[in-house]
Amino acid sequence: MNRGFTWFNGVSLVLGFGFLYLPILLLIVYSFNESKLVTVWAGFSTKWYGALLENQGLLDAAWVTFRVAFVSSTVATILGLVAGLMLSRFGAFRGRVLFSGMIYAPLVMPEVITGLSLLLMFVAISFDRGFVTVTIAHITFSMCYVAVVVQSRLISFDRSIEEAAMDLGCPPGRTFLLITLPVIMPAIVSGWLLSFTLSLDDLVIASFTTGPGATTLPMKIYSQVRLGVTPEINAVSTILVGIVAVGVVIASVLAKRDEARRAQDERLAAAAP
Amino acid sequence: MTEAGGAPRHKTVEPWNDPGQSPYIQIAGVSKRFGAFVAVDNVSVDIFKGEFFALLGPSGCGKTTLLRMLAGFEEPSQGRIMLEGEDMSTVPPYQRPVNMMFQSYALFPHMTVESNIAFGLKQDRVPKDEIVRRVAEMIQLVQLDDFAKRKPHQLSGGQRQRVALARSLVKKPKMLLLDEPLGALDKKLREQTQFELMNIQEELGITFVIVTHDQEEAMTVSSRIAVMDHGRIIQVATPAEIYEYPNSRYVAEFIGDVNTLEGRITQLGTDFIEIKSAQAACRIRAGHGVEAPVGGAVWVAIRPEKLNISVTPPDDTSVNCMRGEVWDIGYLGNLSIYHVRLESGQMVTSCLTNQTRLVERAITWEDSVYLTWAPSSCVVLTG
Repeated sequence: MNRGFTWFNGVSLVLGFGFLYLPILLLIVYSFNESKLVTVWAGFSTKWYGALLENQGLLDAAWVTFRVAFVSSTVATILGLVAGLMLSRFGAFRGRVLFSGMIYAPLVMPEVITGLSLLLMFVAISFDRGFVTVTIAHITFSMCYVAVVVQSRLISFDRSIEEAAMDLGCPPGRTFLLITLPVIMPAIVSGWLLSFTLSLDDLVIASFTTGPGATTLPMKIYSQVRLGVTPEINAVSTILVGIVAVGVVIASVLAKRDEARRAQDERLAAAAP
Repeated sequence: MTEAGGAPRHKTVEPWNDPGQSPYIQIAGVSKRFGAFVAVDNVSVDIFKGEFFALLGPSGCGKTTLLRMLAGFEEPSQGRIMLEGEDMSTVPPYQRPVNMMFQSYALFPHMTVESNIAFGLKQDRVPKDEIVRRVAEMIQLVQLDDFAKRKPHQLSGGQRQRVALARSLVKKPKMLLLDEPLGALDKKLREQTQFELMNIQEELGITFVIVTHDQEEAMTVSSRIAVMDHGRIIQVATPAEIYEYPNSRYVAEFIGDVNTLEGRITQLGTDFIEIKSAQAACRIRAGHGVEAPVGGAVWVAIRPEKLNISVTPPDDTSVNCMRGEVWDIGYLGNLSIYHVRLESGQMVTSCLTNQTRLVERAITWEDSVYLTWAPSSCVVLTG
């Protein structure tokens, strides 16, 4: 393979990354704009970040979003963990294929459909829409991500370490807490972070399932943008991008580290005494 | 681990031949079926206290399933497993006074060597200072003093094997089960570890049951071997008996190399039998009786090292003497192996110890040779 730099490589790299990140970069740059006009650069300033603290509507929306993300990702992690365990542990039980298909379906389901169907359900059972319904909706679509992450970790899990724990006098329940859970913890944490960021990002499903007093930040941003983009929006978006990026980076680092450690184990096991 | 000190090893105690001894572990009519597949088929065997008992067989013969039933990971479909007279068949693994050393070692990756070893004692709520003392003892026994604070992934294969051994011994189990414990080690280290295992077993006096597919390993370490095939035990005996007096062609061929010659019984004496074999093209005389009628089909098994090879004919060429041509020679350093083609076309193997330095071969390719053996050194098998 030719690893040297060529103009072709350079240009495609710049174009590719530019295509992906230029809009976001522009948004971040203009959040530090002195001018009130989004398209005119008038010098560096952080005043819009200060102005955010005065904007009670945005702050409320941010607080709602974080509560929803925290509760929904925590519940989704527990449910996803159980589903992942079920899929990887209980062998070929009746309906396993159907069950695993149904776990994965929300990954590819159009958000509009998910949102609409949830809305119809909440209306049908005349459930007051608000914080609770948004949270439930977010649990629904993010638990499948956790299930996928947990299941893929459990597939490579050496079950003899659980047997070893039981052999040494540890009952099954305690074995799960003392052995299985700590070993798969990186996968669980990265599943949690993933569903947390998914919940932060979501606009479509939240719009369908929310009610008065439970406006999330993406919804707030969207509704304000319709009245014209202000540098304030740029500032809040920049913060959101920052949080999501940190979450994704931590999640992937955790997964990578876990993988690297296992690879190292295998290398050492293969080495001489 | 420990230097071989004190008196040399004595292996003259044979509780299985002493009718006054009661067995420590009784496996009585145990079967295990997975659906239609019979993994273990009506196995009965008694194991005595302090034994180093080997379950030997090819992969898929049911030896690991039998071991897992002893550990409690599988429940017998039929039959009972008793430890000191108490039925253990349905006791879960975490309540059995039995520990196992896993083939993959199964160390807890998130715990240090110390915590791995202490895990079993913590489950039994042993007082803290006693845990510290016993763990330190074990770490010393397996010579891991410098590695106590390390995690498993920072250890080599041989060190992990020691941690696994220490962890399974620290609770002083009534029986230690070892599932291919040395399978992941290279040959040199494996041979060394075999002797260390024997020393530890003798020092602690714990009954060991080992599963292995390596016949040399089974011969080296064990007091008795159970040879298994297709879920059944074919023969249970000491390594020497298994080698010298196999009870079937399967055992004879599984343990070491052997020449088997087909024949029919022509004469039954009180302490000998005579067999006519077309393959050997001579009368075969064997120095022991057999449960078969005159005219019955039998197989004569002769180990290569018991077959003398010579270019000069013996005094009597009519009995226990085969003629052939040297087809191939294998030089192994300590041994030379001769593949001889008999006049009937049958190939047999004879091996000679190279007692003097090899300068010129006394017997070489295409030599016409005589193969002879004593009536006491062949075994007649009926199946």
